[in-house]
Amino acid sequence: MYKYDAIDQRLVDERVNQYEGQLSRYLNKELSDEEFRPLRLQNGLYIQRHAPMLRVAIPYGLLSSVQLRKLSLIADKYDRGYGHFSTRQNIQFNWPMLEDTPKILKELALVEMHAIQTSGNCIRNITTDQFSGVTPDEIVDPRYVAEIIRQWSTFHPEFALLPRKFKIAVTGSKKDRAIVQAHDIGLEFFLNQENKRAIKVWVGGGLGRTPILGSVIKEDLAWEHILTYCEAILRVYNLYGRRDNMYKARIKILVKALGIEHFRELVEQEWKFIKDGPNTIDESELKRVASFFTDPPYEKHTQNKINDHLDNKSFKQWLDRCTHSHKNKGYRSVTLSLKANHQAPGDATSEQMRLVADLADEYSFGEVRVSHEQNLILADVQEDNLFDLWEKAKSKNLATPNVGLLTDIVCCPGGDFCSLANAKSIPIAESIQEVFEDMDYLHDIGEIDLNISGCMNACGHHHVGHIGILGVDKDGSEWYQVTLGGNQGNFASIGKVIGPSFSAEEMPAVITKIIGTYTAQRHLDESFIDCVVRIGLEPFKVSVYGAKEVKS
Amino acid sequence: MSSQLITDNAIVKDEWVTVIPPEAAKEVRKQAGKVVMFKLTGEDSPSEDQINATVLPENGKILLPLKVYLKNKDALKDRLANNEIGIWVDTHEEIESFKSEINDINQFPLIAVRVGKFADGRIFSIGTQLRIKFQYKNDLRAFGDVLRDQLFFLKRTGFNSYLIREDRDPHDALLALNDFSNPYQGAADNSNPAWKRFDRNQQGSD
Repeated sequence: MYKYDAIDQRLVDERVNQYEGQLSRYLNKELSDEEFRPLRLQNGLYIQRHAPMLRVAIPYGLLSSVQLRKLSLIADKYDRGYGHFSTRQNIQFNWPMLEDTPKILKELALVEMHAIQTSGNCIRNITTDQFSGVTPDEIVDPRYVAEIIRQWSTFHPEFALLPRKFKIAVTGSKKDRAIVQAHDIGLEFFLNQENKRAIKVWVGGGLGRTPILGSVIKEDLAWEHILTYCEAILRVYNLYGRRDNMYKARIKILVKALGIEHFRELVEQEWKFIKDGPNTIDESELKRVASFFTDPPYEKHTQNKINDHLDNKSFKQWLDRCTHSHKNKGYRSVTLSLKANHQAPGDATSEQMRLVADLADEYSFGEVRVSHEQNLILADVQEDNLFDLWEKAKSKNLATPNVGLLTDIVCCPGGDFCSLANAKSIPIAESIQEVFEDMDYLHDIGEIDLNISGCMNACGHHHVGHIGILGVDKDGSEWYQVTLGGNQGNFASIGKVIGPSFSAEEMPAVITKIIGTYTAQRHLDESFIDCVVRIGLEPFKVSVYGAKEVKS
Repeated sequence: MSSQLITDNAIVKDEWVTVIPPEAAKEVRKQAGKVVMFKLTGEDSPSEDQINATVLPENGKILLPLKVYLKNKDALKDRLANNEIGIWVDTHEEIESFKSEINDINQFPLIAVRVGKFADGRIFSIGTQLRIKFQYKNDLRAFGDVLRDQLFFLKRTGFNSYLIREDRDPHDALLALNDFSNPYQGAADNSNPAWKRFDRNQQGSD
């Protein structure tokens, strides 16, 4: 993975000093709440229900074991012994003291980490496919371009105070696992007709209050222009995006209002002046950054020890659900589920983090990844080691064989922690997980994405869940709206609301009815989402609301 | 010396008189957001009456709203030649749309941009455009809600002059110009990104 040189390290160190100064000016009342707000947000610091929340950046979801151990130490020393991995591949601490935040940042800087631009109206953490570099369907490894974009976007002076937040995702595989169409800019690598690295550029996608999938602004952009082209997009957005209404300030609203053709024209106008300029990436810089993402020293021979354990049903279930094909023969990628029952989705205790760090050192070249589904991944595990790894992961409740299944719920922290939330989300996830405890039934239901957001800001990505649950506020009490038919990936779609919302108590039964309808109606081997697409929402509505209600 | 102005990394006396149009006579009702170019939504430009009512000091260096300058362009010819005329715009104004009325942007010794609110980052794109797209070479000033924590970004987007808000200490603000030693990306102040400024293949390239 990428290693800091003196330039990277100095920037992060200088940022710690700058932030420390800003905080002390705030505490000395030289800065008002309003003035400090954008400054603390650009450093990932929220003022929450119980305490400040600090969001730490995990660039494109990649961590070393050393960094993960540092996060576990911070969880113990400054928080309550756990952290929450978010849908943007970052980690959040829910209980730090405001005064401690500079100390936390100093600890992070020691292991090449920071909280820069994890919030605020600026370019946020670049996200990508959790299986970059190891997945067999990869065309171009997106990690080094993600790193180049990370550096370019870090303290970009022109885009420091945008109308609203700005998210960029990169994918380089046939199957899009980074939801590029749901980002402000989505970059999809491919090899063009001349067999050169090229990028399809999407713009104006986003979830939140107004979910919109992105439009293609450029079909075939040569890779070296990626920074200048993004710069042109951002300049147009920065100048023309709405600033009078924060709910209409995302780039998606501007693109929609102008129309993609007009927007593209404005971008091309700006691009003319900077295309081929100094920010054009050259081969030597690409090579330098790419050299950090070379293959680890894979072992050649495997003894197929795994065959000895295939009659172990629990192990086999885990193997099927939680390990993924790898480009190198004899290796698999492993997803450690953070979705065990009675654990808030995406939360990991410091003890779990330390175990994952140890497992990474022992079995996966010391690297860990965070997926936007809020699980942890060991990308390079030899098949022969899978059984040992499974047993150790099980000991700390990290081997629930539910990855991709109904209880692998994507969920924001919700009303328990977040001051923006309209409703709690974690208890809903837990109550559903309880109902679907039976692993055999869960496997029979098959692959299904269930996403929960506690408010329309959509941190739980509920719009692209096959089943989406959105917490809403009605006359001061918490209700839940259900959507069906959302999807991520190459065939991304936004889910549709099935009808009036439900109370928290009703939710497990509602999900049970939806699943019951699916299992009754599905064709052989038909997945939930395919079934929804085929039969439409009507049968699901009838099962949930009754035939009479639906008609009226 | 009591001055709020920083120019070229030092606190200096302001030689310019900044001319602000008089307040609008009656409150203008803001229009709901139906304008296609969103930057115009809800933001008022000075009206014809306000422009006409603006009083121009007869002597010395004056910094005029762009529209006031254009209105009085012919009368100000000699003073412009004498380097006494600067222009300023608000962050929602587009210099580009006035370009045809300005022969040479470098005839102004000073251009300024007024930022209404700290969080209004349009000023950074305007600075960048002035330097890179319009090749403006002379003094570029930010005024309005200008505080310490914008200064590094302002410097990088082409501004060399900052009028710090009245209630803040410019000495304190001055420190922010050195917040970061080696930024990553090329920008208006230094167009080369870090990988072109240093040999990053070597450790300790700082």
